[in-house]
Amino acid sequence: MLTARIEKQLRDYPLMIDLTVNRGEVLVLLGTNGSGKSTVLNLLAGLLTPDKGEISLNGIPIFRSEEGISCPPEERNIGYVFQDYALFPHMTVFDNIAYGLKMRKVPKEIIENQIQATLHDLGISHVRNERVTNLSGGQRQRVALARALIIQPHLLLLDEPLTALDPQARDKIRIELREQLITSNQPSILVTHSIKDAQIIGDKVIMLEKGSVIWTGRPEELESGSGVPDLEPLKCECDEYRDFGAIAID
Amino acid sequence: MKSGSIYSGIRNKQISKILLGLVVLITILFFTLPLLSLLLRITPDEFIAAILKPEVQSAIYLSLLTAAASTVVIVLIGTPLAYLNARVSYRGRDFVETLLDLPIVLPPSVAGLALLVLFGRRGLIGAYLNDVGIAIIFTTFAVVLAQVFVAGPLYIRQAKTAFAMVDQVYESASRTLGASPLITFVKVTIPLAWTGLVSGVILAFARAIGEFGATIMVAGNLPGKTQTMPLAIYGLMQSDLTASIALSLVLISISCIILITIRLLAGRSA
Repeated sequence: MLTARIEKQLRDYPLMIDLTVNRGEVLVLLGTNGSGKSTVLNLLAGLLTPDKGEISLNGIPIFRSEEGISCPPEERNIGYVFQDYALFPHMTVFDNIAYGLKMRKVPKEIIENQIQATLHDLGISHVRNERVTNLSGGQRQRVALARALIIQPHLLLLDEPLTALDPQARDKIRIELREQLITSNQPSILVTHSIKDAQIIGDKVIMLEKGSVIWTGRPEELESGSGVPDLEPLKCECDEYRDFGAIAID
Repeated sequence: MKSGSIYSGIRNKQISKILLGLVVLITILFFTLPLLSLLLRITPDEFIAAILKPEVQSAIYLSLLTAAASTVVIVLIGTPLAYLNARVSYRGRDFVETLLDLPIVLPPSVAGLALLVLFGRRGLIGAYLNDVGIAIIFTTFAVVLAQVFVAGPLYIRQAKTAFAMVDQVYESASRTLGASPLITFVKVTIPLAWTGLVSGVILAFARAIGEFGATIMVAGNLPGKTQTMPLAIYGLMQSDLTASIALSLVLISISCIILITIRLLAGRSA
């Protein structure tokens, strides 16, 4: 289970968020570009340091400002699927997925077997030795998810994981992704600015605007609209996944 | 009248083409003829005989040895600084970068004099070293020192650009997968910056092996000890022109190999 209560002064506004995500639950952070969604993920992963607050994973603090506790990213055991996936371009599919296991000194034969099984489950065994630069968008998304899940993370973070896909692939992969996240039985946080992603993949939703939580609820409530803030800007982006400006992380 | 103006127009065009062709030809000849004249000045037999002379061989050996040593030192001390400048925006970074670029544009004689004033017997550091019995000036170490001073900034500049071009998201991904900053640097950053780093190494080696001005000032021109190829070319010019030309051809060959390698690397990275 993840509990986090963090604050960070960003360039244009202060970011403040308080969240809890249980095992097997998917929290969706919804908001427009620059609302601070990706920054939340980077703060949880340890790639940025909060000014104040506390982050605990399964009851163990990985960040606590009062006591000066701050685990580096490599010690948090958090799986992170980056926007555009960040697959290592100089490595093959196998080496990308094996990377986290090698860092954990897992024996070679076990790595081999685990990756074989993962690739088979994802239906991408045929690209095992391909350079990741030769893969399609859907294949890269699967490899990125496999790389993040194979380390058996205590928390899974996904930053706009469907953005790089074409619309047909996106509809299919949304459902697949939901199943994979539930199967992993770990808390997951998905960042998106698509209502459709939130409705299909999420269990609960937090809407962010300029670093502040403006709405919390269940995905189905987005449809009913009761007490939900204006969704027009998101609806527009949902349909087209247009041009994302780089989200300011600091 | 009309047809006359058409003809004169065609003639003008032809004259312009011929003039342009002449300018291009003269320019190409200006840059290639001096090198070609070296090649035409000696026969292959004379070249081989010259290359086998002990003073020539010792200059080649010393050049390769000192340039290789300088390049290793440059990579070891320059890589962390290049990475720091590429990744961390600390106060005064622009100033540091300008200072580091200075040896690239400084006349080599100024660089040599500066090193002499610093490491000479009465120099800022040299005086202390002299007290404990360490002499730097006029040693092979001084050759390496001069080469590192003039060639180092070329590598640091190139390596900084190569590191800056590596998207930080790959380093972040590596860290979240369990790699320490050092392992991330070795397994992710260096391979992704590899082409640029190798170009930097080659450029630095080329600059080091061709170094003359600073070397002659801080290390002198002692055969077998500090006389590198460029110094031997200068030293042998009056007593043994054939040997001097043979050494020049060796340096030209090394330069050609370096340029071709950089072109190949640039093509591969593109």
